[in-house]
Amino acid sequence: MTDALLSVKNLYKHFDISGGLLDQISFSAGRLHRQRTLVKAINNISFDLHVGETFSVVGESGCGKSTLGRTIMGLYPPNAGEIHYSGNRIDNLDHKRLLPYRKKMQMVFQDPYASLNPRKTIRQALEAPLRYHYPSLNNSEVKDRIDEVMIQVGSDPQWISRMPHEFSGGQRQRISIARALVVDPDFIVADEPISALDVSIQAQILNLMMDLQQQRNLAYLFVAHDLSVVEHLSDRVGVMYLGSMCELSETGILFENPRHPYTQALMSAIPKLEGGPSKHIRLKGEVPTPINLPSGCVFHGRCPHANARCTAENPQLLSLEDGRQVACHGVEEGRF
Amino acid sequence: MSSIRSYIRVNGMTSLLEVKDLVIKFALRSGEVTATNGVSFTLEKGERLGLVGESGAGKSVTGFSIINLISKPGYIASGEVNFLGENLARVSDERIRSIRGNRISMIFQDPMMTLNPVLTIGTQMTETLHQHKPKMSKDEARNIALDKLRKVHIPSPEKRLDQYPHEFSGGMRQRIIIAIALLTDPELIIADEPTTALDVTIQAEIMDLLMELCETDDMGLILITHDLAVVAQVTQNIAVMYAGSVVEKGPTAQVVADPQHPYTQGLIAALPQSSGHGERLNQIPGMMPTLKNIPPGCSFNPRCPHVMDVCRQQSPGLRPGKNGNLAACHLYPEESVNPSAV
Repeated sequence: MTDALLSVKNLYKHFDISGGLLDQISFSAGRLHRQRTLVKAINNISFDLHVGETFSVVGESGCGKSTLGRTIMGLYPPNAGEIHYSGNRIDNLDHKRLLPYRKKMQMVFQDPYASLNPRKTIRQALEAPLRYHYPSLNNSEVKDRIDEVMIQVGSDPQWISRMPHEFSGGQRQRISIARALVVDPDFIVADEPISALDVSIQAQILNLMMDLQQQRNLAYLFVAHDLSVVEHLSDRVGVMYLGSMCELSETGILFENPRHPYTQALMSAIPKLEGGPSKHIRLKGEVPTPINLPSGCVFHGRCPHANARCTAENPQLLSLEDGRQVACHGVEEGRF
Repeated sequence: MSSIRSYIRVNGMTSLLEVKDLVIKFALRSGEVTATNGVSFTLEKGERLGLVGESGAGKSVTGFSIINLISKPGYIASGEVNFLGENLARVSDERIRSIRGNRISMIFQDPMMTLNPVLTIGTQMTETLHQHKPKMSKDEARNIALDKLRKVHIPSPEKRLDQYPHEFSGGMRQRIIIAIALLTDPELIIADEPTTALDVTIQAEIMDLLMELCETDDMGLILITHDLAVVAQVTQNIAVMYAGSVVEKGPTAQVVADPQHPYTQGLIAALPQSSGHGERLNQIPGMMPTLKNIPPGCSFNPRCPHVMDVCRQQSPGLRPGKNGNLAACHLYPEESVNPSAV
């Protein structure tokens, strides 16, 4: 394998929601206690992403997949762990030293109705990042680059003096992608970029993303909950549950034969066009809250194969011979 | 639109629901727009029908119109909604109130928005019962509510009945909404995108539950959704809508495996499941027209790969395609609809 473009090592992100000091203080057994409430959104996540690769993170709502994308982009500071970009550690850099990396890493958000400023024209939206990151460009160079990305994303460059409300959802998402591309990044975090769009428009945007990847050799971190989309466009997939990575593998291997019990349940629930009603695996109970994480394996309360070791010991990602990584005691022991 | 006829007729028996040439218009300040243009379909007792289409196709408005939930500036311009032979489009407000939420129930998309956050589940459930059966005692209403909560598989319903909506997860709330819809033992449930806001594992459970209820209680179900794969799993028949009209209808397996209308073909080909890993997806060029500028002739003609001259002039009625599915497309010869074909 070539060197990783992005390398995430033992990343943790916890959010403090305890509020003011008075909210944190409680009185019990004759003593005052101060207790913080933490939402443990990401716990010990590690993975590598290579140049030109699509790595997808899937999981159900609240599993921390969006938080992971945002933490990598530096929108949230991580609590522990390291993020390396082309060999350099970037999570501890100050604003000024982070700037050169910012233009190499861009983000496309879920809702194209919320991610474009309604009071700015498309030209303003596209010009702002370009002038910020490339202050030496003159006016005609700026115009040329904007025209170029507009054509690349399949929009008419003549539309750039229009306002966002004049565009449909699909067109807006094209413009959001153009805004990310205008500073010439190598890596894009796409956080559910198509889930707000209609089926026929989804296909257009997915094709656009695949074309751009080929033209510019982009690497994508694709955050999504739609598993059939993920299967279609990813090279590798990481499955998250309650802030932990439970399985990480090449796409084909994972979808053909998921090994982690949670991945198995998730895959079995994908509605299929053919074959009538699915016989999906029913999980007992519900997803616990990330405030009180279960002891041991985070999935043990709902897992059909859990035993005493699962409730006590947190499983680590273990590499199997087919190249995948699974965090499960049962797989490690060969119980199923 | 006289060529559109209901395509299922069971030896003279009255269908559970028969929607006939339904035209819904919205009188906007900028002019009148047509939201549905001659929609027809039939639903038998215990049948599950999927109403599929993209946003703005008119599927929700069709669902709402069945229980007369179209509010101003919208109105039903013409057509019939026959529920067991009674035309609900023309009955009094009082009469529709005795049917709506009683014999026909509706389930909405977002379980966070449909429940009142300041009332307990028990209050909201018994309220519905008292509305339709004013003489029912409190204990009896509570028992029925408990019974329905058990039916939708909510654990420890006695405890749950006194809790507030925020104490439930999204999937549990949607179960409660289904329980509320079931309170009065309706004959028909209209579910408008019931699982769009939910995760896949929970979606699968909710769909299982709806199917189980339809089968045990012989309830009719109209499932309104944009997700063809969900419809393929749950329903027996499909009606595909585009720009306010039904463009294809037929048995689910047949529509999914061998779609006849170019729009349905494009929609299915656009799904990632339909092409191999990493291949370009088949995309339908352009986008659905807004209701204000529906093109003349067939509304799909600007995006259609098989467009002919006649498509730009004449709006096609539904006619049998090659496999007997009804498709509104000039590719197939127009002839009188053969009821035994479906």
